[in-house]
Amino acid sequence: MTTEEKNVRGDWEYRLKKNRDEMRMQVVSFALMLFLTLVAFFAVSYDKYSAWFIVPFILLLGVVQVVFQLYYFMHMSHRGHGTAAFFLYSGVLVAFLTVLTFLTIVWI
Amino acid sequence: MSTLANTKPKSVLWDYLTTVDHKKIAILYLVAGGFFFIVGGIEAMLIRIQLAVPENTFVGADTYNELMTMHGTTMIFLAAMPLIFALMNAVVPLQIGARDVAFPFLNALGFWLFLMGGIFLNLGWFLGGAPDAGWTSYASLSLYSPGHGIDFYTLGLQISGAGTLIGGINFLVTIINMRAPGMTYMRMPLFTWTVFVASALILFAFPPLTVGIFLMIFDRLFGANFFDPTLGGNTIIWEHLFWIFGHPEVYILILPAFGVFSEVFATFSRKRLFGYTSMVFAIVLIGFLGFMVWVHHMFTTGLGPIANAIFAVATMAIAVPTGIKIFNWLLTMWGGSISFTTPMLYAVSFIPSFVLGGVTGIMLAAAPADYQYHDTYFVVAHFHYVIVGGVVLGLLAGVTYWWPKMFGKMLDEKLGKITFWLFLIGFHLTFFIQHFVGLMGMPRRVWTFLDGQGWNTANLISSIGAVFMAVAVLVLVINIIKTSMSKQQADGDAWGDGRTLEWAIPSPPPEYNFKQTPLVRGLDPLWIEKMEGRKEIVPAEPVGDIHMPNGSILPLLMSLGLFIAAIGFLYRNDYAWGDPIGAGGLFITFASMFLRSWIDDHGYHIHKEELIDEEEKEVK
Amino acid sequence: MSAEEKLTRENFPESPEKATLEGKNKFLGFWLFLGGETVLFASLFATYLALKDSNAGGATSQDLFELPIVFIATMLLLTSSLTSVYAIYHMKNFQYRKMQIWFIITILLGAGFLALEIYEFNHYVHEFEFTFKSSAFGSAFYTLVGFHGGHVAVGLGWFITLLIRNGRRGLSLYNAPKFYVASLYWHFIDVVWVFIFTVVYLMGMVG
Repeated sequence: MTTEEKNVRGDWEYRLKKNRDEMRMQVVSFALMLFLTLVAFFAVSYDKYSAWFIVPFILLLGVVQVVFQLYYFMHMSHRGHGTAAFFLYSGVLVAFLTVLTFLTIVWI
Repeated sequence: MSTLANTKPKSVLWDYLTTVDHKKIAILYLVAGGFFFIVGGIEAMLIRIQLAVPENTFVGADTYNELMTMHGTTMIFLAAMPLIFALMNAVVPLQIGARDVAFPFLNALGFWLFLMGGIFLNLGWFLGGAPDAGWTSYASLSLYSPGHGIDFYTLGLQISGAGTLIGGINFLVTIINMRAPGMTYMRMPLFTWTVFVASALILFAFPPLTVGIFLMIFDRLFGANFFDPTLGGNTIIWEHLFWIFGHPEVYILILPAFGVFSEVFATFSRKRLFGYTSMVFAIVLIGFLGFMVWVHHMFTTGLGPIANAIFAVATMAIAVPTGIKIFNWLLTMWGGSISFTTPMLYAVSFIPSFVLGGVTGIMLAAAPADYQYHDTYFVVAHFHYVIVGGVVLGLLAGVTYWWPKMFGKMLDEKLGKITFWLFLIGFHLTFFIQHFVGLMGMPRRVWTFLDGQGWNTANLISSIGAVFMAVAVLVLVINIIKTSMSKQQADGDAWGDGRTLEWAIPSPPPEYNFKQTPLVRGLDPLWIEKMEGRKEIVPAEPVGDIHMPNGSILPLLMSLGLFIAAIGFLYRNDYAWGDPIGAGGLFITFASMFLRSWIDDHGYHIHKEELIDEEEKEVK
Repeated sequence: MSAEEKLTRENFPESPEKATLEGKNKFLGFWLFLGGETVLFASLFATYLALKDSNAGGATSQDLFELPIVFIATMLLLTSSLTSVYAIYHMKNFQYRKMQIWFIITILLGAGFLALEIYEFNHYVHEFEFTFKSSAFGSAFYTLVGFHGGHVAVGLGWFITLLIRNGRRGLSLYNAPKFYVASLYWHFIDVVWVFIFTVVYLMGMVG
């Protein structure tokens, strides 16, 4: 092989390995998300806990799971996602304000 | 590699029906927006005729409610927004050195959706009754409005709103991704900055309106129970959703106007804008705070003192960045070599007019005081001062300023000044006195008033002012017609004092805007080159093939499909053909979307040889 | 290299979806759209939260919802999110065939989710007479969950169209952004579902 062919082959193998490692991370993320989901379902099915604990707890589990989706499945942790992340978080802020409003000042 | 060479000559009509060129789309928005501005203006005239004297019977109560509703809805959604989009389309790609927007096809789609929605909204006039529950269409009233007026409102606005949302995303991506080399964010012209922030506001403010309108459609046409208390609904949900949209909406309207004024002040003072960094900061802060204040439209609904207090303070806070901008504009003029062209007249008169509107806004922001002002003419005076004194003056200034860039001809200065003075006098005559008649207790949205309350003179003066504004607009129309028939040809740098990239190319620009993408060396890039004795911007690339998008009839078809669907769904409870037609319309839309995805369209190329030929011809 | 030229392992960029201006614009435009969709769904969630207890004397959330069906639906959608990640992984490795297969699996899982949801709605309507028109809670529930289901249906149509249209073309810088963006959409739908199963179903069963 010429040096150039070796370089190209080396590049390619490096990329394959990088992608494989990332995919492994994704599968780990999936397993974690599965686990978080199971915990949430169990928390609800197990009658002994009070609603005051369960509700914030499952909400927290949901938020953590969404963070995994965004940062790993949707690659928000990668380079080049700064603007995308900024606008998504701005949306999250407006979303939060809206939901907060409807939980507090809708009269009833 | 080009697939369809664009050599077939098209008729002008077909060209405009299928165009994806931002410059032509700007003209479409200008014409449509201008038309609806006149419609809204006629509605205003009819209102003022009815209110000129007490116990008038020029129009009946029901018609008055329809006029009042449509005046507001038309002016905000079908006149102001499209005219702003006209300026955005005409100017922003040129100011950042781009050849078009990020998504030319979606740009066209945005326009046709707006137009179809606007036409649908006005169909009510001919089909049994226009919407009559105010432009805010509160659920407690609108759910029980007989006839289909409100349905024209909900379905029409939903279609138009989709167009606006698409436009917002388009301009965000354009500004973020397509700036010429050397144009960092802090070297962007201020008009582009205001469009950037306004587009972000559009992205986040329109979805709540979309949801609110869907819920209203579901309640009225599909038997849902969102707002009707009988089966558990809650009418305040509409108010929140509407105003979470509605308040950012007014900042969407005013920010581009601020942008226009920043350009005009700098250009016609022959001096760079004072305090660029703080101006950018102010724009961003206004945009952010704009989402934190919507409850100030709901102070009297009984949400409690804590909610009222929080929102009162947040509302007052917006005065700070706005004040920063006012001072910066004044300081731009200070020490400059001022030229009182028509756009500059609008800009200078905007300062006191808008400040007046702003300070009455602070008065309204004090929640306890608002219990007195709410639903009186004081509020009407406030918002007309900021909208007419801010947005409309900005649009008139912007349209006059960029007219030569769009059409290659300068509007007549003399007629322009006549329009300006008539409009300004009329505006103040109509609305200044309304502050006082509101404080004297006259409620808003009333179709008539009794004699002997001390309101007669004020209303008469108000109505006379409206005549002045109508004549001013007439003079503007005459100006436009006269200018189109004249044989003048404007320079690329039409006003002579251009500082930004759009003035570096011919008026009107060639199809591709820039033969070579410009290299931006600082703020006010054209000014920099001028100060160094050059007439043109340094190019950032050699002359090469330019890739251009093809036109398409699909945006029109998609919008038409939704229009037809709306007609079907509006009549679904009256006629058996309602739902089928609705489904049919949706099918047309989805089929067009499918065709767009399926058929490859890679555009065409303008070849390097043609560009060089053109250049040689010009030199000769 | 022009956008439609056939790629090989060697001349193929690491991020093919962002290698052209068109791709970069689609990428950013879509994330912005997702920001807007976040606010849209938040408005629907907010409305649901305000109205979830207004059942007009009819069926309540505790009466209606059952864990098993929600759990299966969640598993289907979550797994389909993973399979779409696999598909993009293969896209980046320039393994077109494998990408196609994983997208087909994604579609099947998504279709399963939808079928289950239709069954679930049908069950509520027939066993509990719980409809869109029953109460404010009914309207809010079917609107929120229905909008999400509608988004799933659109996503399926999107994937199917992409696969059929590009079936014989191989990977290119023209269709790479399209697959990538469709996959982003699909993940977002799963994000919304996480909140739906948490806020609507789980919270609804706790009371």
